[in-house]
Amino acid sequence: MSNVTDGAVERAAHPHERPLKQIHLAAHFPGVNNTTVWSDPEAGSHIEFSSFAHFAQTAERAKFDFLFLAEGLRLREQGGEIYDLDVVGRPDTFTVLTALAAVTERLGLTGTINSTFNEPYEVARQFASLDHLSDGRAAWNVVTSWDAFTGENFRRGGFLPQDERYSRAKEFLTTANELFDSWHGDEIVADRASGTFLRDARAGAFRHQGQHFDIGGQFNVPRSPQGRPVIFQAGDSDEGREFAASSADAIFSRYSTLDEGQAFYTDVKSRLARHGRTHDQLLILPAATFVLGETDAEAAELAREVRRQQVSGATAIKHLEFVWNRDLSAYDPEGPLPDIDPDLGEHTVARGRAQVRMYRDPLATAREWRERAAANKWSIRDLVIETGNRQSFVGSPATVADTIDAYVQADAADGFILVPHLTPGGLDTFADTVVPLLQERGVFRKEYEGTTLRDHLGLAEPTIS
Amino acid sequence: MSSSSPLPESSRSSSPSPSPSPSPSSLHLAVALDGAGWHPAAWREEVSRPRALFTARYWTDLVQEAERGLLDFVTIEDGLGPQSSHFTEPDARTDQVRGRLDAVLVASRVAPLTRRIGLVPTVVATHTEPFHISKAIATLDYVSSGRAGLRVQVSARRNEAAHFGRRTLPAFGIEDLDSPEVKELTADLFDEAADHIEVVRRLWDSWEDGAEIRDVATGRFIDRDKLHYIDFEGRHFSVKGPSITPRPPQGQPVVSALAHRSEPYQLVGRAADIGYVTPHDAAEARAVVGEIHAAQTTAGRAGEPVHVFGDLVVFLDDDPATAAARRERLDGLAGSPYTSDARIFAGTPAQLADLLQELQEAGLTGFRLRPAVAGHDLPAITQGLVPELQRRGAFRHAYEADTLRGLLGLARPANRYAAATA
Repeated sequence: MSNVTDGAVERAAHPHERPLKQIHLAAHFPGVNNTTVWSDPEAGSHIEFSSFAHFAQTAERAKFDFLFLAEGLRLREQGGEIYDLDVVGRPDTFTVLTALAAVTERLGLTGTINSTFNEPYEVARQFASLDHLSDGRAAWNVVTSWDAFTGENFRRGGFLPQDERYSRAKEFLTTANELFDSWHGDEIVADRASGTFLRDARAGAFRHQGQHFDIGGQFNVPRSPQGRPVIFQAGDSDEGREFAASSADAIFSRYSTLDEGQAFYTDVKSRLARHGRTHDQLLILPAATFVLGETDAEAAELAREVRRQQVSGATAIKHLEFVWNRDLSAYDPEGPLPDIDPDLGEHTVARGRAQVRMYRDPLATAREWRERAAANKWSIRDLVIETGNRQSFVGSPATVADTIDAYVQADAADGFILVPHLTPGGLDTFADTVVPLLQERGVFRKEYEGTTLRDHLGLAEPTIS
Repeated sequence: MSSSSPLPESSRSSSPSPSPSPSPSSLHLAVALDGAGWHPAAWREEVSRPRALFTARYWTDLVQEAERGLLDFVTIEDGLGPQSSHFTEPDARTDQVRGRLDAVLVASRVAPLTRRIGLVPTVVATHTEPFHISKAIATLDYVSSGRAGLRVQVSARRNEAAHFGRRTLPAFGIEDLDSPEVKELTADLFDEAADHIEVVRRLWDSWEDGAEIRDVATGRFIDRDKLHYIDFEGRHFSVKGPSITPRPPQGQPVVSALAHRSEPYQLVGRAADIGYVTPHDAAEARAVVGEIHAAQTTAGRAGEPVHVFGDLVVFLDDDPATAAARRERLDGLAGSPYTSDARIFAGTPAQLADLLQELQEAGLTGFRLRPAVAGHDLPAITQGLVPELQRRGAFRHAYEADTLRGLLGLARPANRYAAATA
């Protein structure tokens, strides 16, 4: 390994003319999908606070930028029943993030919060409160909902057409920003002698009239340390990318391979200028899974084992149903793929999942999968294991550190949001082995330099609009 | 690491420490936290930290002080608009504390830094989603290992409705409370709150204990037969369920409400574990306890324990004259005498202990004290009133349970859905 004090050695390892990019790293608490291996003997609780605390404290020990929590507001169903093969159940995002602020000091706290089944005044209060209570570490991954299925849990119920989802999300964020900016930060004088608490009785005054929100009054949380939470966006459609280019500080993307990552990076960053923004005002942070071993060979073997844990026979059948949109429970997961074709009607088998919408041409997908399975003599389970989400980074700590650094320097990403497959200890080895290597190379911080998440991400303070 | 199934009832509600059970004459004590204190000029006292009101440190210090005094719980005030000196309309005052943090999040921030004290944030039922509130309080129960509650409140404020833009409310003042129009409005708001609480409670039960099975042999993480749709349909909302959050450690976190009139008494009788009431003497206390018990019977909950706590604003000092003088000085700073729905007490810890015991005899089971100045009157409660009550055998010497339900003598309830299918 190169000596960290010897910059020439490091630069020689990176044949770029520009200075080395600093890598951003974040930790995604293992989610309610089959990436998470709950059946492992080391797998712990997904709901007890001790799991969240361990995970967050590991991320902070490793000087990560932030912790990331996903959210889903209705339990998934398949075939009309609650899906029981993956982890089910999670805490309220705001509440657990705020509790984590008590057991960490610097780690950013990113929560996924839906703009369809919330109201701006309440969400703005919650983020401003989280930002106060964490001394400036709050971030908001703004997502939209796609279906009436989730709406059945909420007052507004209903359904938003695709185009209105983003218009509501954009207006929701605009409105929330107006609320955050309704306090400028100098209103509280608290002068005992004169009895003046507020400089101006109109502190927090706002008025918003739009297509989705017509609200006005006074926001009741004073300006928080970061002014506004850091804004993340995760959607991948053209509208989602435009939304991110216009309004987000960071993107939680799904493109963790070199080629796809570079293509996405170039596309999104090229959109910034149209919105009057510069290249460094939007970070691209793909989700990435990983498996570490003493050697590359050992890691590869472990990765195969993890994939088999992630895709049981029962899980394989359920995943096939995402494409076939039919009950396939009669099929043997160790046998060949179904010879019947997918049902092309409205998707009814799996509900509460985004990925069913990825298969835009189920007939073509089914045809391709049958051909691949036949050519490779794959069973249904083999097929799902091979075509599903392979781990992004597999290897020894040195290999994984090399790869992550290379991807970032090659503009496939500005860093990664790591998704371990074990709760709560899935980040431990990465923190102990990969992070020190990245630090030695001078591409990852050894200590936090600032106190807020904006500091960690190198983002400027927002100006009040 | 264990699975998420809550501990059995015995280990959750019984004492792990050798401390004695509270005697029958023991009363329960809570403190209501609100900004720098309940007196509008509280922030101007030297002991106050008005610039720290929006920091985690401030709230942690207060709750830790309350915990040192072995109090049952703290409540945290909240609202979906700026504080106001008017009953229903905003004011334009700059001489009082304005602005506050979300109370559920304040409670959650403090939870990992305390061990035994209950945490009861205010939630407003009028504009919020019961689905969100249910999982937020369930999560508070997880992060506090079984110490969560909520205090439900309605909002009849026009300005707060305008913050949400989904309904408009009429203008009215405190003098209009008995007009037919306002009576109908408040009845409607309290009906909605009752529905809200019903949904929150059903969602807490929508996962049975032990629903998480982690059965490796069959690949099932949960036993889906132990998860339940709640299928609530009401006038203001319909909610399908189940919750996304498993049943919290206490099963049902503690539900409480402040009540001054018949609609909220009915809400307490129908849905709450604790009602906060504001009698000004023992006779009023006896009457209000009777009304709540009648409401309980009407709601079919006659056999269930419902606590009735008296709310009191307190100015506590070592001698009565000092307390009275302090009250007078604060009123002078504020520009007018402080008035309250609750009785205002100014005196010594021993005098307050006398009053609490007298009200206890009238049927109240506990008290929620509102410190006039948090920085002064909270430590006066924990370091003056509590030792005085302990000397009289009327307050615990150590925490006797590790959940809020346990401290309140409330058993961990059976799950309504498990009972239905058993």
